[in-house]
Amino acid sequence: MNSLIPLLIAAPLAGAALLLLGGRRLDRSGHWIGVLAAAVSFAFGLVLFFQMLGRPVSQRAVDVKLFSWISVGGFQANAAFQLDQLSIVFVLLITGVGSLIHVYSVGYMAHDERRRRFFGYLNLFLAAMLLLVLADNYLLLYVGWEGVGLASYLLIGFWQHKVSAATAAKKAFIVNRVGDVGLSIAIMLMFTQFGSFTFSQVFAAAPQESRGGLTAIGLLLLLAACGKSAQVPLQSWLGDAMEGPTPVSALIHAATMVTAGVYLITRSNAIFDLAPDARLAVVCVGAVTLLYGAIVGCAKDDIKKALAGSTMSQIGYMVLAAGLGPIGYVFAIMHLVTHGFFKAGLFLGAGSVMHGMNDEVNMRYYGGLRKHLPITFATFGLGYLAIIGFPGLSGYFSKDRIIEAAFAEGGTEGWILGLTALVGAAVTAFYMTRIMLMTFFGERRWQPDGKGELPHPHEAPRVMTLPMIVLAVGSVLAGGLFTINDAFVNWLTPVTGHSEGNSPLSSGTVTLITIVCMVAGIGVSYLVYGRSAVPVNPPVGSALTRAARRDLLQDDINHALLVRPGSALTAALVYFDVKGLDGVVNGVSATIGGLSSRVRRVQNGYVRSYALSMFGGTLVLVATTLLMRSV
Amino acid sequence: MSLMTLAASGNTPSIPAPQIEYGQLSPMLIVFGTAVVGILLEAFLPRRLRHPAQVGVALLGLAGAFAAVLVLAIQGYGGTRSGLLAMGSVALDGPALFLQGVIILASVLAVLSYAERGLDPRIDGVPQDPFTAQAAATPGGEQEQLATRAGFATTEVYPLTLFAVGGMLLFPAANDLLTMFVALEVFSLPLYLLCALARRRRLLSQEAAVKYFLLGSFSSAFFLFGSALLYGYSGSFRLPEIADAISGTAPITPALANTTQNDALLLIGLAMLAVGLLFKVAAVPFHAWTPDVYQGAPTPVTGFMAAATKVAAFGALLRVFYVAFPGVRWDWRPVMWGVAILTMVAGAVLAVTQQDVKRLLAYSSIAHAGFLLTGVIATNRQGIAAVLFYLLAYALVTLGAFAAVTLVRDSRGEATHLSSWAGLGRRSPLLAAVFALFLLSFAGIPLTAGFTGKFAVFQAAAAGGAIPLVIVGVLSSAVAAFFYIRVIVLMFFSDPQPNGPAVVIPSTATATVISVAVAATLVLGLAPQYFLDLASKASMFVR
Repeated sequence: MNSLIPLLIAAPLAGAALLLLGGRRLDRSGHWIGVLAAAVSFAFGLVLFFQMLGRPVSQRAVDVKLFSWISVGGFQANAAFQLDQLSIVFVLLITGVGSLIHVYSVGYMAHDERRRRFFGYLNLFLAAMLLLVLADNYLLLYVGWEGVGLASYLLIGFWQHKVSAATAAKKAFIVNRVGDVGLSIAIMLMFTQFGSFTFSQVFAAAPQESRGGLTAIGLLLLLAACGKSAQVPLQSWLGDAMEGPTPVSALIHAATMVTAGVYLITRSNAIFDLAPDARLAVVCVGAVTLLYGAIVGCAKDDIKKALAGSTMSQIGYMVLAAGLGPIGYVFAIMHLVTHGFFKAGLFLGAGSVMHGMNDEVNMRYYGGLRKHLPITFATFGLGYLAIIGFPGLSGYFSKDRIIEAAFAEGGTEGWILGLTALVGAAVTAFYMTRIMLMTFFGERRWQPDGKGELPHPHEAPRVMTLPMIVLAVGSVLAGGLFTINDAFVNWLTPVTGHSEGNSPLSSGTVTLITIVCMVAGIGVSYLVYGRSAVPVNPPVGSALTRAARRDLLQDDINHALLVRPGSALTAALVYFDVKGLDGVVNGVSATIGGLSSRVRRVQNGYVRSYALSMFGGTLVLVATTLLMRSV
Repeated sequence: MSLMTLAASGNTPSIPAPQIEYGQLSPMLIVFGTAVVGILLEAFLPRRLRHPAQVGVALLGLAGAFAAVLVLAIQGYGGTRSGLLAMGSVALDGPALFLQGVIILASVLAVLSYAERGLDPRIDGVPQDPFTAQAAATPGGEQEQLATRAGFATTEVYPLTLFAVGGMLLFPAANDLLTMFVALEVFSLPLYLLCALARRRRLLSQEAAVKYFLLGSFSSAFFLFGSALLYGYSGSFRLPEIADAISGTAPITPALANTTQNDALLLIGLAMLAVGLLFKVAAVPFHAWTPDVYQGAPTPVTGFMAAATKVAAFGALLRVFYVAFPGVRWDWRPVMWGVAILTMVAGAVLAVTQQDVKRLLAYSSIAHAGFLLTGVIATNRQGIAAVLFYLLAYALVTLGAFAAVTLVRDSRGEATHLSSWAGLGRRSPLLAAVFALFLLSFAGIPLTAGFTGKFAVFQAAAAGGAIPLVIVGVLSSAVAAFFYIRVIVLMFFSDPQPNGPAVVIPSTATATVISVAVAATLVLGLAPQYFLDLASKASMFVR
């Protein structure tokens, strides 16, 4: 029955092939093929999950070798899959949330004439993402890693007729490339150091490796994770990626792909456990990003960009947890899953709002929508409560444990990380309340669209609301279910290991402080956005606000640090190329060309000249032969 | 004196019947026999049946000859066994058998492209092949028009080609200089004729034939003169016996006591013999005929000449230098170094400014002769194997390239001027891609047959201590790559001319030639090991 594992990937891959190669005759039915492929994959995932449940803990991880992929001397790469407790969590998240979002897209993309292609790309994404989490070696993981990058690029730029979308796609692709280089060098290092890139062999060989080597590999893996998961300093693409259709933002840029970095770090726990310096870097990146994203999220008026900032921030939590080592891995993944539910739900809700508001994304033009979009309001509201960590909902369980784990790191470090996480929780509550208030409460601030008509907000069709409801249920229940008997912790411990750490604060104290922070965040937000009317035109704001609106100047920094020196270097190289290299090349070619046209005249077409040249040639040949003997 | 006495006495002398190994000689015998059958068909068959019959018989004969080569190879003559046939005048060994196989393969492809009748528009419903209706008619005259109308066809080309093939099969196998000379003439004379038979541009074609004939005769004279001098030196035409004379192990014939061991005779004879052979491989400075003849001859014949002649001539060159003259290699190697360098450089440099595809390919063939010479100069087994492999790759790719040239046509026949090839990649991406593949192979770009061949000869030459030669070779390859890639750029990145040529869809015959050549280019580039092993096994000359 392990043969189901390749089928998990094959189903969406076949769907993608069918949809992308099938041509126009599939235009009318294509989206259902896409949904079916995702659903079939989810069904396989469920079957495999229950099979795994039925096996004793020691036999839960299985390996399936499909074929020998590359075999050159000592370089052996197999197309082989490893399904263990960690991968199955991802498989269920990807295919489950993926299927829901496929269904949602049927409604959301109903009027797009390229809908078939959209579903083809979505299926392609599923296949690549599954390959990423199922690979049993880093090389195959890299294939999936690049595959999701490609799918992300194609989907961000799906509305390529918009210049902003095309630019955003390119930006995402290029920024990701920086991270990908890190991953590829890490894989090369693994091959030179361990002679293999299969997880089991690399992890078995890791303890013999020098600490410097492990730190290098760890940092390179972190670079890769930063690119894919939009962590500082490679965070700049995620906000722009919201140019893609909203289901894409929900699936790829919130629930699944952007969490691949967390998967990579957690999967490589054997390396990070042995490289404390690399882990420290991971923790710093996570802590910085969780504040960075939260601050950006506070200032954005575009609902999707505000949510994108939130995504960055939440992934920052996960990376922070993963960097804490065995005390955090499990909670990183747990938060990843719960976040998958509520963030996907929030994005789908945002999509539903946009659907009702003529694709308006500026929250300053929303207001008072709760009556017009009751289902969206309810599901979005539940997602909101979940993400801010309202007691009893998903986010409460997962985020609370991360904050505890941060304190449990111990020492000054623990205090700094714990307090950062707490501040983050407060800011999260602030910006999420801001989104809620600006969108669903207050006065109507609706603006006429291009044709001068005011929007008529209406609830989305069933095919869109149904996935939102399911995700809302998940946002409410998932965290609680995972925590019963520490089910999630026990499930993952065989893969990632787990230890409790020594927190200077008791668990109850941390929970209490967290709740206080959350309430403070809500309160401040209510004072600013709830009590008085939200101005339609944004106020000038403080320097920090202005910077945050521009994503804390990330593009200006990149421009100054990278683009300008890069352009200068390119210009210098072009100058050298044109003046130096081309000069030499053109000179040589002109010399040869001139020589050629001069010598060519010897070929005059007269047979007598040819005969003479042969005769002369013979004389020279004979003379030289004789000469060779005499000297 | 003794001869005259015998004749006068009236006694019937008992001449011992020579021993002829018909089985081992069968590849050549089958080809010659088929050629004779072809002549008879020409005499007795009604005109409309001649074309299919001649093509069929020629292909059948070549297939039979190839089967004979295979049988001999299975018997071990491709490597482990060898023998001297026909009283020692013909050698059967690895190089001979390998090259015979290559020549027959190339001839099959050549005959297929001869047989193409789908390119020229039909006249009065009669399909037109690439050859003139009546060779004797004045070009452009009334007689020619009548002959064309009447549907005449020069189907003699098939037996002529088979005679040439027979001579080519014998040439690399000839173990004495007289047999070699006979073989040279047997394959040259039909080629002179074939060159004159183009349907279009007949004056150019006839001019080419006359030039080729005059210069070819001139070079044959050198060959013959050289043979005579060597006989004077060694008292024998047999290559092994010449070698013995050089090493001083041969008994001295009293009649030649004055000339034997006179090194001047040896060296001058060697040089003149080399001239005759270098003319056939188109090495500089004996190359002047090549562009004119390649351009003027009917393109299928050009392909045949370029491929098969070069294979046969390099076979003979190898045998002469490796069997007869290994003892004086310190004398001939420096001279051949010079020839090789001149050939590579001149071929590459002169090709740069060519404006005609066929002339371009002619200069390319000159440059390739230079690359092949580096393999000859290696003077080791590796060098022989490399040259054998190179010849296989070169012959097949060349036939494919010339077959592709026949497809690009305008109202005046083939459009060979490069300017009319501009933008061909947009009109006919498939043909342009195929031709580009051939050019890349000529240029020696990796993953094509040409790369493997070039790598093999350069490696052998380097192992043989000729590193400067390899450097010159690589540099000329770079120059050569320029003009090959120029054509590719022209085809794919230039705008087509408004009334440029069209690409004609060929019949299966030419399509087969091109497909086989494409397949060979890729197989010999991607998975050459089997053929490299084959050449390596076959790389031992019999003495």
